[in-house]
Amino acid sequence: MDRSKWFILIAGLCIGAIAAILVKLGNPLNMGFCIACFERDIAGALGLHRAGVVQYVRPEIIGLVLGAMLTAMFAGEFKTRGGSSTLVRFIMGVFMMIGALVFLGCPLRDVLRMAGGDYNAVVGFLGFIAGVGSGVFFLRRGFNLGRAEYSHSNVGGLLMPLFFAFLLFLLLKGTVFNPEAGGPLFFSKEGPGSMAAPLAISLAAGLIVGLLAQRTRLCLSGGIRDFILIRENYLLLGFIGIFLGALILNIVFGFFKPGFAEQPIAHTMHIWNFLGLYLVGLTATLLGGCPLRQLILTGEGDTDAAAVVVGMIVGAAFCHNFLLAASGAGVPTYGQIACVLGIVIIGWIGWSHREA
Amino acid sequence: MEKIDVRGLSCPMPVIKTKKAMDQGAKDLLVVGTSQVSKENVMKLAGSQGYRVELTVDGKNEWEMKLNKQ
Repeated sequence: MDRSKWFILIAGLCIGAIAAILVKLGNPLNMGFCIACFERDIAGALGLHRAGVVQYVRPEIIGLVLGAMLTAMFAGEFKTRGGSSTLVRFIMGVFMMIGALVFLGCPLRDVLRMAGGDYNAVVGFLGFIAGVGSGVFFLRRGFNLGRAEYSHSNVGGLLMPLFFAFLLFLLLKGTVFNPEAGGPLFFSKEGPGSMAAPLAISLAAGLIVGLLAQRTRLCLSGGIRDFILIRENYLLLGFIGIFLGALILNIVFGFFKPGFAEQPIAHTMHIWNFLGLYLVGLTATLLGGCPLRQLILTGEGDTDAAAVVVGMIVGAAFCHNFLLAASGAGVPTYGQIACVLGIVIIGWIGWSHREA
Repeated sequence: MEKIDVRGLSCPMPVIKTKKAMDQGAKDLLVVGTSQVSKENVMKLAGSQGYRVELTVDGKNEWEMKLNKQ
């Protein structure tokens, strides 16, 4: 195995271990990191949705974007670019979030859930593989969202990192804009949103993982995609590293509880666990990266990826305002409809964007 | 020599376009692109398919390489 493969495997091990440590220090179980859940919590903290149990400005997300930005700047890779079907990507971000909240987690949390012994996550993982496989079908058929262009100004790429830095400022300052309403910023008093590792540690964890993910190009959908497409296992090694790192520390900390029933922040509706991550896998493959990768690209100045991130935050608000999001009790009817509709619409986007 | 333009394309389009040309039997390819990630990925693909890589332009925001197979 060459050096780069060792590096991504070790980076994965570190990320998995950091995730387990974050749980130990207060994050919800099997949720050391979850890009979808944490963006949803941020949407809640801003008051874009009013689900009281999932509202917090997660410092991990801020750290990921800023860590990736600083690393990209040092490596000379920070460059503002965009213009590749930006609105289409935004809409795809909305549906990627719907899929994630039907399953209850992004692909990263899926790995962490499997490492915690949650068998429902294995069902989700099968759906994810099927989704990525369907995405590869469209890619082979000639799917293309078009070229991005470099901008003559770097300001565009700084806007999202600055937005997240501003969120950190508000978080530290503790501003309450509308005291009568109790926020924003809103903070959960109970439920997953109230469970969090100390701010400084969460932020540091985000910065470190942002650095590692930027350097290794870590991408969970990419790992499976490259294996199907060209039998390349580089990104897959990162995936395996995360699983092993989290698994070992979960066992050490006593978090590992195998089974289907009564898993933390999970439901047992197999078909929706499968289809939720199917939608995420399909969408992520067409977008060129999983939710984590979209955040890292945002930090590198990719404004198309930033549109996906904004789409995911808006999508999270839709999920809770329109009662699409799953809970431990299962997936509500509207969530089931939205998930199927999402698969149809993303399939249509995949089919129609065929290059001549 | 066949020229493949992968400038501004996101993952994994550069690899797919290059591989398509390889699968059609091209022995000499000129690939131009922009991002560092796509450069790494195309080089990796070329290596795995037994192509010799000659990097003719290696800038921060632009690269160009010649791929050749005997």
